[in-house]
Amino acid sequence: MNNNLILEMKQITKDYPGVRALDQVDIKVKEGEIHALCGENGAGKSTLMKVLSGVIPYGDYDGDIFYEGKRCEFKNVKQSELMGIGIIHQELALIQDLSIAENIFLANEISKRGVIDWDEANRQTIALLKKVGLDEAPEELIKDLSVGKQQLVEIAKALSKDIKLLILDEPTSSLNEEDSQNLLKMIKELKSQGVTSIIISHKLSELEQIGDSLTVLRDGKTVDYLDFKKDEVNEDRIIKAMVGREITNLYPEKSNKIGDILLEVKNWSVDHPLYDRRMADNVSFYVKKGEVVGFAGLMGAGRSELFRSIFGKSFGRNIKGETYINGQRVHLNNVSQAIKHGMAYATEDRKTYGLILIDSIKNNVTLAGLNKVIKRGVIDDNLEVRDSEKQVKALKLKYSDINQDTLNLSGGNQQKVVLSKWMYTAPDILILDEPTRGIDVGAKYEIYQIINQLAEMGKAVIVISSEMPEVIGVSDRVYVMDNAVIKGELTKDNVSQEAIMRTILKKKEEVKVNGETKTTTA
Amino acid sequence: MAKLKQRLLENKLIKWMRGNEKLALLGSLLKDNIRQYGMFMALIIIMIFFYFVTNGISVRPLNINNIILQNAHIIVLAVGMLFVIVTGNIDLSVGSVAAFVGAMIAIFMRRMDIAWYIATLMGIGIGILAGMWNGFWIAFIKIPAFIVTLGGMLIFRGLTLLVLGGQTIGPLSGGFNRISSGFISDPFGGELHWLTLIAGFIASAFVIFSTIKKRRRRIDFNFEVLPIWVSVLVTSLTLIGINLLTYTLAQHRGLPNVSIILFVVIVIYTFISKKTKIGRHMYAVGGNKNAAELSGVNTRKTLFLAYTNMGMLAAFSGIIYAARLNAATPKAGELFELDAIGSVFIGGASMSGGIGTVGGAVIGALVMGVINNGMSLLGLGIDWQQVVKGLVLLMAVWFDIATKNKR
Repeated sequence: MNNNLILEMKQITKDYPGVRALDQVDIKVKEGEIHALCGENGAGKSTLMKVLSGVIPYGDYDGDIFYEGKRCEFKNVKQSELMGIGIIHQELALIQDLSIAENIFLANEISKRGVIDWDEANRQTIALLKKVGLDEAPEELIKDLSVGKQQLVEIAKALSKDIKLLILDEPTSSLNEEDSQNLLKMIKELKSQGVTSIIISHKLSELEQIGDSLTVLRDGKTVDYLDFKKDEVNEDRIIKAMVGREITNLYPEKSNKIGDILLEVKNWSVDHPLYDRRMADNVSFYVKKGEVVGFAGLMGAGRSELFRSIFGKSFGRNIKGETYINGQRVHLNNVSQAIKHGMAYATEDRKTYGLILIDSIKNNVTLAGLNKVIKRGVIDDNLEVRDSEKQVKALKLKYSDINQDTLNLSGGNQQKVVLSKWMYTAPDILILDEPTRGIDVGAKYEIYQIINQLAEMGKAVIVISSEMPEVIGVSDRVYVMDNAVIKGELTKDNVSQEAIMRTILKKKEEVKVNGETKTTTA
Repeated sequence: MAKLKQRLLENKLIKWMRGNEKLALLGSLLKDNIRQYGMFMALIIIMIFFYFVTNGISVRPLNINNIILQNAHIIVLAVGMLFVIVTGNIDLSVGSVAAFVGAMIAIFMRRMDIAWYIATLMGIGIGILAGMWNGFWIAFIKIPAFIVTLGGMLIFRGLTLLVLGGQTIGPLSGGFNRISSGFISDPFGGELHWLTLIAGFIASAFVIFSTIKKRRRRIDFNFEVLPIWVSVLVTSLTLIGINLLTYTLAQHRGLPNVSIILFVVIVIYTFISKKTKIGRHMYAVGGNKNAAELSGVNTRKTLFLAYTNMGMLAAFSGIIYAARLNAATPKAGELFELDAIGSVFIGGASMSGGIGTVGGAVIGALVMGVINNGMSLLGLGIDWQQVVKGLVLLMAVWFDIATKNKR
């Protein structure tokens, strides 16, 4: 074995019923480097990491793993942990109601004669938190921390186990710009302390920033290996390897015609359901027929909360404000009224709010528009199968059976099921909340195309996105929201990343809404 | 190791079927319903087992009749419980509600001299109100179902004791008693009960007709259909099963009244679960409440209806039980809830909601009923019956988990 390599996985193959997730995958990681793993959704990245960490036990896959020169057969996560392999999953695995220290030492408690030594645990926790640049008390509960900080706690937890190889599965997908940068800095810092990292990410710019080498997977196969020092690496090349074709333009051309105002919301306010906090404060905006309107802003700006409260009051309390559709005042008191008025809201969190994972593609697609397959009070099975297949085929969903559970679909395909569900209700107004989160480049492009098609059909499309290039790329007009208020409106001519950032940073007193100056109080 | 091999074999079989174009549909049907077919096969095997160890007593017309009569009240409860469990909840109060309904009907008839059919309708009304009570606290006030129905279990048991004054009331009126002990009378007379056989023929004709209709519809839609020999085989087996049952019953006294109630309940609720909006919504609420709500499902109304319906079926159960005993007793309905819950889980429902079928729940209840009955025939008492029932529940769910891991 090459003693320079910390990890080598050879000819890894893993089958799921009906799908070959990994097909003779090879991957090499050098000691002390940051290795990037790229690929479209469903390319097999997460599966590969599950094999490595023992989540998929030895015997359930074919192929060999060599770690630190030795052949390993991990039967569970504990065994890989003992060897110094730590994994941080895309979905955080912290227990919300326990403290930082309790989480870090969970199943790894420091005890004396069978009794947990909390003083020692807290002392070590403080040291670990310092390492990841987090200044919180060890007794703080996880649920009181922001997502970015929770991510850092996860890393601290991994470090508590003397980790030599750290695997991060899309660590920045739910972080804002600032937290992402902090996290990347952290990973570099760990590298200087001798920790090797494997980072899975869709954000290619980040990989260029910190990566040393890179493996690209496509359809369960290794298709490319790049060394950042030797090879010329750029986004285009990585994208090309990922999708197997050249994407010349990240955002498709548009030819939509903008009509009259379709949706108008005036002076909308909503409070958080539990805490004494305004999530949207006196917000007014409008969307025209055939128009794509972006809502830019940082995570937690209140955009999802604003739209969920408009969408049949499905979020918050003390909701005030007026909604007009085609100039008519409407009262949307529950979700089914909102659907009846032609509104659709595709959530940012497809696992918690979007899909019934244990149910079939078919049942998920027809759930919101079930009336369309009901004849005289009875669901017509055949009609339902035909309609749902037609709908998902229009979005190029990859599936083997319309009755298969959505659980086993990749992230991008799950998102397509959510979109299919809403498109099946034939809405006039579509609210897409982070429609491309955790989705690979190829699928992103397809979703942008769908957005354009919807606009061309004369529908009003609202795109909430924290990725600035995306908002700029897809929108005809952009509202910038920050801290529960709309801080500004940018048109196609004056929108840019700098302009959006400048608007976010503006003081509240200078806020301009719909052209008139207003002073809002916090 | 043996298990792994078996899994591989099953996988290969299904894969082979899927690879074989004509059998692909059958393969995916099997895969989706492996649990239900598995339990159905288990029921047949258990029946064959008892047939041999009891020297054929277990399948004598009288005994088949007894199995139906002895388990009707649990089957009805299991059907209601299926919907409650599919929404991701539980109802511990059904046994007490059944007892309370029986007690009230007895009081209406014996102390107030109300006609038996009016008293029965009033009893059903009381069951519905009891279900609405549970549903109100669970759906609208959002108190966990376990707590609300544990409370309900005590409340309705207490009320039963209260209204009966700790005494048994009986006998009840003859009309009421016939709900459980009566048979559909045969206009033809004779040794064999011809009406029962005719009912079997009508059911057979209906099965043939609907199979053909379904096939035609699928062809109209250009969907795959099963190879014709598979359809013929499955239909023939179904017809044999139906007519064997009616023939057996015809040798005794024909169809018991209760069997009609059961048939109607099973058909209606299977239909509701598979073919109606409210049924689909119950699965959606149990599968992911948040997603269902954001898709326009009124989750509160759905839950409330599941419990209201449960209350009504608990009343049916109480009526069937009281009519069979021809008395209302303070101890009626004890442990009914656990038998019903057990049946639903044996039938393949998921503890966390969203998964389960009416047919599965009925098969689950029959598995337990047939085991009870067979052991009684062998002279084994309630002690051993409980042990075996407990093990069956455990094994069934274990099988469930073992087959699920494979997916």
